[in-house]
Amino acid sequence: MTTESGTDSEAKQPQENKETEKAKAAAEPTSPQNQPEQLPAAAGHSTPARTEQERQEEDLVSHRSSTSRLSRSPLRGVKKVKIMQCKVTLLDGSDFTLNVEKRAKGQVLFDKICDHLNLLERDYFGITCRDVENQKNWLDPSKELKKQIRTGPWNFAFNVKFYPPDPSQLTEDITRYYLCLQLRDDVVSGRLPCSFATHTVLGSYTVQSELGDYDPEELGSDYISELRFAPNQTKELEEKVMELHKTYKGMTPAEAEMHFLENAKKLSMYGVDLHHAKDSEGVEIMLGVCSSGLLIYRDRLRINRFAWPKILKISYKRNNFYIKIRPGEFEQFESTIGFKLPNHRAAKRLWKVCVEHHTFFRLVSPDAPPKKFLSLGSKFRYSGRTQAQTRRASSQIIRPAPLFERSSSKRYNMSRSLDGAPIMENHETLMKDSAADGAAKVIAKGDIITTVTTEKKAEEEKAEQEDAQMDAVEMPEPMATTPLRQDTKTDSEQTDFAFDGEMTATESDADEDSEMRTQDTSPPEEMVKHQTNISELKRSFLETGDSAPGLTEWEKRLSSSPARSPRADEAPMIVPLEPQDTQDEKPAGEGTKEEVEPKVTEAAGYLVKYVVDSIATDLATSSGPHGISLSTTMDDDVFMDGTLREVDEKTPDSQEEVSERAEMKVSPGAVRQEVSQAISDKKGTLIILKEAEDKVDTEGKETSAADEEEAPVVPGEAEAGENEMLSKEKEYIKEDMSVVLEAKTTVVKTQSPTMEIKTDDMTQIKGSGSPKKAMASWISEGVKTDASEVIGVSTKQVKEMKTFDAMQQKAEIFTFVKEVQTEQSKSSLTQITVSESSSTSLSVSTLGWVSSSEKASAEPEERAVVATETEAAPVESTGPTSLDAVEVGTKEMPVVHTETKTITYESAEVDTNGDVDPGVLLSAQTITSETSSTTTTTHITKTVKGGISETRIEKRIVITGDTDIDHDQALAQAIKEAKEQHPDMSVTKVVVHKETEITPEDGED
Amino acid sequence: MAGLMVGFGHYTHAIVRGIPASLAKEALRSSQSEVDVVNARREHEAYVEVLGTRLGLEVVELPADESLPDCVFVEDAAVVCGDTALITRPGAESRRRETEAMKGALKDLNLNIVEMTDENATLDGGDVLFTGREFFVGLSKRTNQRGAEILADAFKDYAVSTVPVLEGLHLKSFCSMGGPGLIVIGSSEPAQKALKIMQQMSDHRYDKLTVPDDLAANCIYMNLPNKGHVLLHPTAEEFPESVKVFEKLKDHMLIPVSNMEKVKVDGALTCCSVLINKKGNI
Repeated sequence: MTTESGTDSEAKQPQENKETEKAKAAAEPTSPQNQPEQLPAAAGHSTPARTEQERQEEDLVSHRSSTSRLSRSPLRGVKKVKIMQCKVTLLDGSDFTLNVEKRAKGQVLFDKICDHLNLLERDYFGITCRDVENQKNWLDPSKELKKQIRTGPWNFAFNVKFYPPDPSQLTEDITRYYLCLQLRDDVVSGRLPCSFATHTVLGSYTVQSELGDYDPEELGSDYISELRFAPNQTKELEEKVMELHKTYKGMTPAEAEMHFLENAKKLSMYGVDLHHAKDSEGVEIMLGVCSSGLLIYRDRLRINRFAWPKILKISYKRNNFYIKIRPGEFEQFESTIGFKLPNHRAAKRLWKVCVEHHTFFRLVSPDAPPKKFLSLGSKFRYSGRTQAQTRRASSQIIRPAPLFERSSSKRYNMSRSLDGAPIMENHETLMKDSAADGAAKVIAKGDIITTVTTEKKAEEEKAEQEDAQMDAVEMPEPMATTPLRQDTKTDSEQTDFAFDGEMTATESDADEDSEMRTQDTSPPEEMVKHQTNISELKRSFLETGDSAPGLTEWEKRLSSSPARSPRADEAPMIVPLEPQDTQDEKPAGEGTKEEVEPKVTEAAGYLVKYVVDSIATDLATSSGPHGISLSTTMDDDVFMDGTLREVDEKTPDSQEEVSERAEMKVSPGAVRQEVSQAISDKKGTLIILKEAEDKVDTEGKETSAADEEEAPVVPGEAEAGENEMLSKEKEYIKEDMSVVLEAKTTVVKTQSPTMEIKTDDMTQIKGSGSPKKAMASWISEGVKTDASEVIGVSTKQVKEMKTFDAMQQKAEIFTFVKEVQTEQSKSSLTQITVSESSSTSLSVSTLGWVSSSEKASAEPEERAVVATETEAAPVESTGPTSLDAVEVGTKEMPVVHTETKTITYESAEVDTNGDVDPGVLLSAQTITSETSSTTTTTHITKTVKGGISETRIEKRIVITGDTDIDHDQALAQAIKEAKEQHPDMSVTKVVVHKETEITPEDGED
Repeated sequence: MAGLMVGFGHYTHAIVRGIPASLAKEALRSSQSEVDVVNARREHEAYVEVLGTRLGLEVVELPADESLPDCVFVEDAAVVCGDTALITRPGAESRRRETEAMKGALKDLNLNIVEMTDENATLDGGDVLFTGREFFVGLSKRTNQRGAEILADAFKDYAVSTVPVLEGLHLKSFCSMGGPGLIVIGSSEPAQKALKIMQQMSDHRYDKLTVPDDLAANCIYMNLPNKGHVLLHPTAEEFPESVKVFEKLKDHMLIPVSNMEKVKVDGALTCCSVLINKKGNI
């Protein structure tokens, strides 16, 4: 157990283990009667045994899971591990006993349970535990269990946390089955009220799914009374249920469950989490949290409803719970509504549930702002995936529909048991196949493994040192923290890689890539065949390997998947800020990547150069506090973009980095590093941007694009990197992922040296092993950069559009960043970047980096930096190694063509001062409004920096339609409106992003 | 196999009631006006004719009761949804006994009867708008919170949201359903305001059809086999402008139904029948 828990991710579990598991699982069904109780017992036994095996194997193999979402516990090296026994009540009412390390995080337990349940679409579920007041609380997966369980035995329950509004969109029957179990309990317990008629309908489907066809001989006449359908079950109800049941002959359990869900989902209280409260006048009410917002009930009556878009802010204080409501059409002011909860804990619980539901359901669209909206006032955040993400991820599931047992069924058990033997075989074969796949991976794993261990240590040490030295490390304030949070896990893992690679960024990348690659590269068909293995599946699912988009079995099986081509969720992991975007892009086939890559390369080249320049400039110009020149500060575009300014301060680091880079340049081998650094820098900026702004689209996309690219590129990359600049550049370009990783890595490295140098205030970068920190440091650096030097990086990304069929979609995004700076002179720097890419694939991601460095002496400068045009490039261009992948990608390329165009106008305001002080974030809010064709997202951030308050408003308008839009007019209109609305502010940046779908004829094939 | 909540607008039966002579003088009304009972009866016959003959519904016609001058407005006495019928407690004291005959008729149709026995509760069916997905209950002079609560209790599957009715007699005095997801709404300010509230309270999206006359917004929508979308709406004689709006509904079979007399005692089209779908019941 120890080991396992340490490793966390099930994904890591070696396939062999899986096999054993499967065998056991298979065995279970075989048993003549499967009583619910039996399951747990079996599980209990299997778990420990499994664990040990896993342990050993893990070391050898487990690494692929690197991508997995699980947070890696630092415990590895620790010898003493306290093991706790957990009892988890599953949805079928049975108890599952398992052991976890005492210090294990919630995620560990959760993943183990899901493994046990053979559940892949797990984001809808969660673990609850009862507190002292016997109230159910959701475990936070990112926190240690022991901190969440104050007293008593470690008893939990596995429950549905987010009820999918449309269960038919779930990918797997097994997921629906568990949802059904939850709903049955909701119904029987009365939490989900329904009419008599609905009880009969739901009951009849339950019977059908559990008992199969009506068969008087086998079932007898009273077969139904042992099942529960309603809180007050009457004979009449049972009779009606039977009546209906008779009519379902031939309906499979899965179909019956689908019918069950189709009815249940329409119930008004479906998925509504009720909380007792009182309104401001002391009237007893209920607050219901659901996918669409907050519902207010008085008795059974709905007396108000606040959809998420209507809510600006959610907060709690003591036992009060507040929501701030966006002013209505005719209202001028926001209003805050307060509710009294029974106690503080209840208020907090409600608040958390709101935060989580909002994040999960509302932040579906890639453009959605990162969690800021709810982030103030507590560190708590929903760290899982959003519904959109999980949908995309689950569309990647390619295992054959798993056979599972409906717990209390009799007839089905029988038949199941018969099936059992074959099942076993299947698994085995699958296993084998997967193993074959794994072969390539194994190597990578080996590397990884070693690396990991080392890394952690290194990280820890660094962390310690840094901590000792710098307290400030905490980083860039809320901004950084918030966005990063989500992906932390992933990051950490990546970080790990980076650390591993620490020595060499490339290496680490390579590892990553290899992993990625395995997933990505392996032909989809194979995937389908092989991935029966849970671990494999998980990997692919959780980690989001991008398997060929179109081909997944899932798609074949289900229409439910969102229109988009399936993409793995890796992006989220990689780029914490905007996971969604990444995903979106991912769908783009590898081919896309390749296409993009060449152009990207160019862009990269630019970047590099620019960076260098900037560096040089810095060096020359700057005479920083620490001997590093800080004085003349150029504002980075990034700056402009980011709200982050407040956060940043530390110039020195950046400079140092720069200097390092410069040095690096000299040696050929170094070049690569340079590039990587540069990239990393940029990325850092990018990250900043993302965080700062909700622009996410562009940036996030980039990142994602990078991810995609990286997979193929990586292997080659390592080699290439050693070779030549060009190759290096390409590599970088190609491998966005890798780049990111590298960036992190570099950051870490850089920082550590930097740290020493800087000593003081300026840069506090924690080199600490956590990716977040690294990110943060980057961010901070970027910020610093602002003050001291100007490295402008504007990143544009092409959004991938989902295209249904041959629809044309055009999206325009305008981002306005207005800053009011009371202070100094503003110099305007204008960057115009146009990147166009057209590629064939559902989603197209294009990366273009433009970096401009300037000395900003308060003079306005205009620059048209780079215009990059990308056109579909031959697939071949891709990096050396990933041929297989390429092929696959090509084959599967969807027919949809998308053209993307991004135009950015920026006027930068340069702070002459060079803000050294990090601002204090006062507030951040996001407002979203939607109409049928447009979505407007306004993000407002208020910060205080050096006594000056700054308000940034970012507005994003997405226009979707199938007609041509006059950009200029739309832009002019948007700017005009923005100016009118905020006469006292200035427009600093405008980004126009256009995506057009091209008619299929141009198929690249 | 059809689940619940499908087939909005599917009806098989209609319950109507005759017009007592007392309607002319004693029926409640918000404005002073003379009602010609003969004309009213002629109108009502035409109305029933449309339901029965033209649309093929099985019409249950209850006899008029002279002691209940408003008894023709059967809608207020019961709310039927699915196989459940809620016998209301009308807000007007003089109308309470109207429910007796209604209850009997609904029982005969084998519906599950739920009675509103709470003496603090009042509810007129005219305040209940069922959209197919949820209920909106107007809180009006005739309907109170408690009545709405009981309704919510009777139809547990559905969300029941309350809507203040600031002007007009009932919620449905200025709105009704014109199709699945289509709300016909008057253009007066109170009507529009009520619509806004409904939209805010709902998880579902509705289209709206705004008609110039509030009273014209009360229509009867049905979805009938072989006929598709059917909309009974006021005649052009009464509301020429509004009828132009209805005529834009190309997919609907539009049936103008005269209501010139009954409107004088605040009777609208929906008021005069209780529609039931027996086949859909399990």
